[in-house]
Amino acid sequence: MALIELSHVTMRFGGLVAVNDLNLALDAGQLYGLIGPNGAGKTTVFNVVTGVYTPTSGSIRFDGEEIAGERSGRITRRGIARTFQNIRLFGTMTVLENVKVAFHCRQAAGVGAAVLRTATHTAEEARIDRESRELLKIFRLDGLADEKARNLPYGSQRRLEIARAMATAPRLLLLDEPAAGMNLQEAQQLMDLIRWVRDHFGMAVLLVEHNMKVVMGICETVHVLDYGSTIAMGKPAEIQSNPKVIEAYLGGA
Amino acid sequence: MKGLAVAILVVAVLFVLNGLFVGSLVPGVSISPYILQVICLAGINIILAVSLNLINGFTGQFSIGHAGFMAIGAYASAFLTVTYGERIRAGLGFLPPFARDGALLLAGLAVGGLLAAIAGFFVGVPSLRLRGDYLAIVTLGFGEIIRVWILNIDAVGGARGFSGIPKLANFFWIYLFAATSIVIVSRTVRSSFGRTLIAIREDEIAAEAMGVDTTRSKVISFVLSSAMAGVGGGLFGHYLMYVHTNSFTFIKSIEIIIMIVIGGLGSITGSVVGAVLYIGLTEGLREFAQYRMVLFSLLLIVIMIVRPGGLLGQREIASLLRRSRRMDAPTHPVIRA
Repeated sequence: MALIELSHVTMRFGGLVAVNDLNLALDAGQLYGLIGPNGAGKTTVFNVVTGVYTPTSGSIRFDGEEIAGERSGRITRRGIARTFQNIRLFGTMTVLENVKVAFHCRQAAGVGAAVLRTATHTAEEARIDRESRELLKIFRLDGLADEKARNLPYGSQRRLEIARAMATAPRLLLLDEPAAGMNLQEAQQLMDLIRWVRDHFGMAVLLVEHNMKVVMGICETVHVLDYGSTIAMGKPAEIQSNPKVIEAYLGGA
Repeated sequence: MKGLAVAILVVAVLFVLNGLFVGSLVPGVSISPYILQVICLAGINIILAVSLNLINGFTGQFSIGHAGFMAIGAYASAFLTVTYGERIRAGLGFLPPFARDGALLLAGLAVGGLLAAIAGFFVGVPSLRLRGDYLAIVTLGFGEIIRVWILNIDAVGGARGFSGIPKLANFFWIYLFAATSIVIVSRTVRSSFGRTLIAIREDEIAAEAMGVDTTRSKVISFVLSSAMAGVGGGLFGHYLMYVHTNSFTFIKSIEIIIMIVIGGLGSITGSVVGAVLYIGLTEGLREFAQYRMVLFSLLLIVIMIVRPGGLLGQREIASLLRRSRRMDAPTHPVIRA
């Protein structure tokens, strides 16, 4: 059974059909690319999956359970985490704190324990601190742990967003243009990182990206959207030679 | 254990100071009743400012009805001590008189705080489910509704005000609760739960996407803040021995907001500084008679121009003492009303 399965998902905003009858399935551990020209509906797919929008029709099943229309916090706790196209870090918090916030959804100690500084609270804080620092090390951010997130260079902010999403212990990671604004070398490092994270943690990755080198380089399956509809799906090599895809990107004769 | 030792020390210091101030410890040593009253009201302001900062400064949800919760606490606790005070005292006959007074005050504050918390829950749940300015609008209305409602309850004096409240609160109790509220808020914001509050202030959509139940976090923060305002109100009534709904108008809510804004939204130290500064300025400018509020407004404007993020920004006294090696640019938190 697929980890996540979207069937006949349609998202309408008034008269505009942003996503039209989308069918998509990801297995655990799969690297899946979602591409398409600007305005094709890629980010809307993310917003529908993460509960920002409730789809107009269709079903989204995660791990066999229907999740369409649930609040995004609940969906994250089920095991779907995301990054944002326009970076949304907690600006005045430090890099370390940004990651710690994401650990909150997997821990138990409440306000009472925090005020009384109980043993459970102290132990949990120590564990969160340790695991957050480990994550930062993986994403090469450990040297910046006490820096305010908004003072980070762009590439590091992108990596921090992924690290923060990883802290929620997802089984499906949605990356919205992780390589945007990165130079060639940074994009290359990012590809290695995404692949490594996938292999190491074994989760599925759904990737929206405009940098074709990245998409074609790491995705096993590529799914092309145009005006909300699927125009092609298959292995990277097949997609690159697909006349419909070329037409959508370069315009018809 | 270290915490317990500090707590005992604080209680002892407050007890000695209280004795010195009222002249019961060393004969002939005391401070003027006027100064003592200003100090005590400053303590109550600290409780109100620190608690409001939890929701306005740390959680980034703008409440402008703090006086309403204060009124609930003041009237509810006074009603308890006035109506049932003698019976409770009689029931506690085995305790020495000062302990009886203390127990009665604590009972009153517990009731006041609890009722304010319940009110906070019912105000918070519908308005905090939404993202945006709804809390400001709802709390504004709530504060006025509470005030007018109390004004029409004859059992608590109605428009005459509620008099005959026993003087149970003093310097000791007020500052004990001020210290407690500082500890509660600072421990809350430096916990995993507290980080979710700050995350909500920074970016609510991202916080929700990171698995934070934003409604739950916001409601808990608001209820906690309301409860502390209720306790502050209870102390206010039992210190002045008289409460009137005129003390809990919209203006009072704005005063508390001014305290936390001049001190720095998101800084507990700032709230304490703001609360003390506010009462210090309003009292200190008394000699200028009719120009008092003009001067006061000018001072506030100057502070906001010179330090738009408040006197302390988001910094705390602890970090200032450590003299952070890096030179941080002054933080100017965005007020998302």
